[in-house]
Amino acid sequence: MATVDLNRVRKSYGAVEAIKGIDIAVADGEFLVLLGPSGCGKSTLLRMVAGLESITGGEIAIGGRVVNGLEPKDRDIAMVFQNYALYPHMSVFDNMAYGLKIRGVPKAEIQARVAKAAEILELGRFLDRRPSQLSGGQRQRVAMGRAIVREPAAFLFDEPLSNLDAKLRTQMRVEIKRLQDRLGVTSLYVTHDQVEAMTLADRILVMNHGVAEQVGTPLEVYQRPASLFVAGFIGSPPMNVLDAHVEADGRTLALPCGAALPLPHPQPALNGREVKLGIRPEHVAVSADGALSVTVDLVEALGADTVVYGRLPNGEALLVRMAGLPVCREGETLRLDAPPPALHLFDGATGRRLED
Amino acid sequence: MQRRVIFDNKALPYLLLAPQVAVTLIFFIWPAAQAVWQSVHLQDAFGLRSQFVWFENFEAVLADPNYLDTVRVTAVFSLSVTALSMGVALLLAVLADSRIRGAGAYKTLLIWPYALAPAVAAVLWMFIFNPEIGLLGRALNDLGYAWDYRLNGEQALTMVILAASWKQVSYNFIFFLAGLQAIPRSVLEAASIDGASAVRRFWTITFPLLSPTTFFLLVVDVVYAFFETFGTIHALTHGGPGKSTETLIYRVYQDGVINNDLGGSSAQSVILMVIVIALTAIQFRFVERKVHYS
Repeated sequence: MATVDLNRVRKSYGAVEAIKGIDIAVADGEFLVLLGPSGCGKSTLLRMVAGLESITGGEIAIGGRVVNGLEPKDRDIAMVFQNYALYPHMSVFDNMAYGLKIRGVPKAEIQARVAKAAEILELGRFLDRRPSQLSGGQRQRVAMGRAIVREPAAFLFDEPLSNLDAKLRTQMRVEIKRLQDRLGVTSLYVTHDQVEAMTLADRILVMNHGVAEQVGTPLEVYQRPASLFVAGFIGSPPMNVLDAHVEADGRTLALPCGAALPLPHPQPALNGREVKLGIRPEHVAVSADGALSVTVDLVEALGADTVVYGRLPNGEALLVRMAGLPVCREGETLRLDAPPPALHLFDGATGRRLED
Repeated sequence: MQRRVIFDNKALPYLLLAPQVAVTLIFFIWPAAQAVWQSVHLQDAFGLRSQFVWFENFEAVLADPNYLDTVRVTAVFSLSVTALSMGVALLLAVLADSRIRGAGAYKTLLIWPYALAPAVAAVLWMFIFNPEIGLLGRALNDLGYAWDYRLNGEQALTMVILAASWKQVSYNFIFFLAGLQAIPRSVLEAASIDGASAVRRFWTITFPLLSPTTFFLLVVDVVYAFFETFGTIHALTHGGPGKSTETLIYRVYQDGVINNDLGGSSAQSVILMVIVIALTAIQFRFVERKVHYS
C-alpha cells in the first residue's frame, strides 16, 4: 500500500505534447479514476505510472519513492489490461503464479496465495484451464487475480471492462468495487465510461487533451463541474449549454430566446457580461408559470424516465429528463422552470466555471 | 455449422479441381511412380531394355559404404542448415520486431536473398570464399590459414551449409516476424510488470507463443535442406571434394544422370522419399504435441 504522487508529469511525442503537466496526489488506499474521451492521454498517463511509457518531464513517485528511472518490475505495481493480456499458453494457476515464480517466492506460499486469490474471485474450479477455455468475465477475473497475488503497492486498471458486454460490465464493476474495498490497495483506474467513474471512484480526474480539467469526488464533479468540458462529459444526457447575458442590475440572466432567469448568486464582476449557462436536463421541471417555453420535438420514453427534446423559441435545443412516463406529446408546447441552484455559469471564452 | 455449396452441374466441381489434380499427377505422382517402377528394374546403359530384379537395387544401395557416408553428410548438412537458418532468422526477426530506426529498410533487405536463384547465390558465395578471387577466401589465406574448399572437405561442407542456410533465412525471417507481430504487446507488457527480464520474457512468453510458426518452419526447412539445396551444392562444389558435400539428393542426380545407374538412383529416390515422409510424420506425431495453437 502506498501513495502515488504525480508532479508536473508531461509526455511528448516529438513536437506533439500528449500530457501537459498533470499534478495529482493519490492517497494511500484511494481509488482514483482517470476519466476522459479517447485520445485525451489517460491511458498514456497510466502507462507512464506503470513504466511502460517513458516520462518526458516531471516526477512520478510511488510510496514516496521516485520511480521515473525504474523498470516496471521494480515499481511494485500490478496492472489489469483491457484485453486481459493473459498468457495464453499457461493455465489459470500458472498465469497467476508467473510473477511470484519470477520473484522467487517459495512454492508453498505461491500455492497459498493463488488459492486465496482464486477463492476471492471464485476461480477455484478453473485453475487448470487455459484462458481460451474461459469466458470474458472469467478471463478478466484471472487478470485481477494475477494482480492480487502479487500484493502490490498499487493497482493500475486500463479500461478493464471495455471488452465485456453491458450486463457483465455492471456485474464486474460491482466486483471490482468490493475487491478494492476489501483489499484497500491504492488504485488508478482508466475509463471513458462515466458510470464506471461515478460508481467506483473516491475521486475522479477528468482529462481532456492532456490536461486535468477537474479533480474531485464524483458528486463534486457532477454538482460543480469546473469547465464546460466536464459539464458536457459527466451526466447523461449531457448538460444543456445556452448563451446568456447578465443584466447590468446583476440579478437576472437574459437568454436569446427571450426568457429571463434569476441569477443564482449576485456576482458584480459579471454584470453586463456574456456567459454560458449550463442546465442539467434532469434539473428542468415542468411548471405552469415557468420562464422557459419549449416546443417538444421528440419524446424518448425509457420507462423509468423520459427524455424530451425541446426547442426554445429562438431555435436552440433544450434537453429535459423527467422521472416516470411521458407527460407530453410531440408538437406540444411546455413551460419549464430551472431553479437557481441548478444553474451553472461558465466563461464563454475559457470554458471555465464562473465561481459562485 | 457446416456450409455446403451445391453445384447444379455435376461436372463443374471436378472441372474446377482438375488443374490442381493434373499438376499433382504430372509433377508428383507420375515421376514418383516411375521412380518406384525403375527402382525394381535394371536397365542397360542405353536404356533400351530393362529387367525386373526385385529389390536388388535397394540391396546394392544399402550395402554400399559410400551410401552410409552420404547419409551421414546429409544428416549433418540438414541438421545444420535447419538449425542455423531458423536460429539466425529468429534472432533477426526479434531485432526487427523491436522498435529500431529504419526497420522498414532493414526488413526489405533481409527478404531479398529469397528472390535470388540458387546458382546466382552460389556465385555470390564463390566471390566471398574462393581462395584466389574471393574476398574472405584470400584474406584467410593471407592470414596464414589454409583455406581452400576445393581441397578440404570440411571447409566445403561448412561453406555449403552457410550458403544454403543463408538462402532460407529470408523465408524463415518473414514467418518469424509475422509470428512475433501477432503476439499482443500487452501480454509482453504484463510479463514485464510481473517482473520478467527481457531474456526470460523471450523464453517463457514469446518463444512458446511462436511455437506454431517454429513448428511449421521446422517441417518446411527439413524438406528444404533435403531437396531444394541441390542447386546450391551443384553450383558451389558439385558434391566434392571427394563426396564430402554429397547429400542424398545430390547422389540421386550423380548416380542417375551422370553415372547412368537409373535403377540404383531410383532406389535412392524411393529411400529418400520414405525418409522425408517418416521425418515429417515424426514431427507431426511428437513435436506438434508441444505446440500451442491459440
